[in-house]
Amino acid sequence: MSFRRFLAALQARNLEFLRDRTALGWNLIMPVLIVMGFAFAFTTGQEELYKVGLHGDSEQHHDLEAFLATRYVDYIQVDDLDRMIDKVDRHQIDLLLDLEERRYWVNSTSPKGYLLEQLLLPYGLQREALSGSEIRYVDWVVPGVLGMNIMFSALFGVGYVIVRYRKNGVLKRLRATPLSAFEFISAQIASRLLMIVAVTVLVYVGTDLVVDFRMVGSYWLLLLILIVGALSMISVGLLVAARITSEEAANGLLNLLSWPMMLLSGVWFSLEGSHPLVQKLSLALPLTHMVDAARVVMIEGAGFTEVASQLLILTLFTLCFVSIGSKTFRWE
Amino acid sequence: MIEAIKLCKYYEGVKAVDGVSFSIPRGVCFGLLGPNGAGKTTTVEMLEGIKTPTSGEIRYKGEALGKRFRNEAGIMFQHTALQEYIRVDEALKMFQQLYTNTRPIEELVEICALEEFLSRDTRKLSGGQKQRLLLAIALINDPEVVFLDEPTTGLDPQSRRNLWHQVRRIKAENKTLVLTTHYMEEAFELCDEIIIMDHGTIIAQGNPKALLTDHFDKSVITLPLSVLPDDFQADGASTLHPQDGHMEILSVDVDATIRHLAERQISLQQLQVRSPTLEDLFLELTGHHLRT
Repeated sequence: MSFRRFLAALQARNLEFLRDRTALGWNLIMPVLIVMGFAFAFTTGQEELYKVGLHGDSEQHHDLEAFLATRYVDYIQVDDLDRMIDKVDRHQIDLLLDLEERRYWVNSTSPKGYLLEQLLLPYGLQREALSGSEIRYVDWVVPGVLGMNIMFSALFGVGYVIVRYRKNGVLKRLRATPLSAFEFISAQIASRLLMIVAVTVLVYVGTDLVVDFRMVGSYWLLLLILIVGALSMISVGLLVAARITSEEAANGLLNLLSWPMMLLSGVWFSLEGSHPLVQKLSLALPLTHMVDAARVVMIEGAGFTEVASQLLILTLFTLCFVSIGSKTFRWE
Repeated sequence: MIEAIKLCKYYEGVKAVDGVSFSIPRGVCFGLLGPNGAGKTTTVEMLEGIKTPTSGEIRYKGEALGKRFRNEAGIMFQHTALQEYIRVDEALKMFQQLYTNTRPIEELVEICALEEFLSRDTRKLSGGQKQRLLLAIALINDPEVVFLDEPTTGLDPQSRRNLWHQVRRIKAENKTLVLTTHYMEEAFELCDEIIIMDHGTIIAQGNPKALLTDHFDKSVITLPLSVLPDDFQADGASTLHPQDGHMEILSVDVDATIRHLAERQISLQQLQVRSPTLEDLFLELTGHHLRT
């Protein structure tokens, strides 16, 4: 491994990326626009339904019949009381009613919770107050959009570019020099990682300027998650680019990988309540682990130990894909 | 310097190169000549270590191709691209960093005449400028052997002559050159030794001038077809090769052939006599034209 040769290949790739103004602009502006779009969409047209979680059998509690028949309220039967309490805390449901123990949880800062509570007053139930601030959709979607942007940038920025190099003869030219496959691949990984980190920081700052979203965890931990996640995505890109010689085939395969990841990794909507098979499948996708970890850090302020398992899984993905990718790599 | 021993390359049943052997001495300009599809690019790419032979062996300074060869060889490919969005000077610098033994960039700029477009984006170069840059890159490690694969294909005559000039300068530095071309004129101008390939095999080998005198003791007389009667027959000293719009008469005795024409009252107004070229030699050896 020659560091000089590695740096030469790294610099060439960096210049290529930075001078391609259209692609660079697109990389920066698109995610900010997406978040703005969602922030706008979900603040102007909120659904009118109230959501109440019910714990216990409602058939057994006839005295609450009138309350349970209130119109425009969506009653959700729940088993896991603790998880639902968290949801009340984050305004994801408006009120939680424990029928067995005759008590309810409400968030003191929630206007909807207040109205529902007024309806419950005549029944003399025990009140459990929570005061967590609201988790809006925009808070939830920002980590997803950051992850998605990293995924596209890594897959197409490495996978597609290497295939293009192979097709137009750049790889052939480099192969005729002492540059080794390992030096070349490392330079591609390092270049893309640097660019992803820089672009993600800019996108984060840009989004923060135009949309108010929640970030209660450690910035360093979030950065670590994004780096480890980006590496796993880059390694998927390398695996795709290891042998393919046609840009069309690479494009198809990259789309085939990125679209299911975007839809099944919980970028746009929570997979809670989806088919168990879908949930299992989502665990096989690196994006799921990156987005989940970023989300708990940003929304709940989770620490390193709480995201350690996701970081480990992402690292394993990376090691596995890079080793297969470099073993099967072909210059031509 | 380089030795090829019984090189073969087969692609799904097609014999692109079929048992080719030759050796390239140090300091010569060695040409591989032949029409498109003759197997010369495949042969040269095996010599460059880019393609692996199906069978056979290649030796550089007596050893198999390896790290030493990569460091000491300079290659200008027929089809290649550089990373996008980089300038000429940046491309030179990048390639320079890939080698330990390098030549000063200023020297290469001078040899390959890159001065006027040194800060231009490599995508905005003309065909001739791009070839000059690729030549400079091929020379950046001050190579002992330089491979030039069809360096002037697609260039206008002016750019072609410029590139020849640069190749002659490299030759003058006593470097070994390996050149593939389908321009006979180019091979004749630049090469000390050539092999002529067709259908994956070598059909002739030697010094271009010697090849012509050995294989070819004829001169070429051309006349427009319109001046010849339909039943025109050759004399004993010549053979007829009708071409597009004109007749080529290959003759061992020009005087006799011209007398033969004059006796038949054929107008000699547009008659031309020229020495044979490698193109004629190729036609003679294979029965078909080089560029068909």
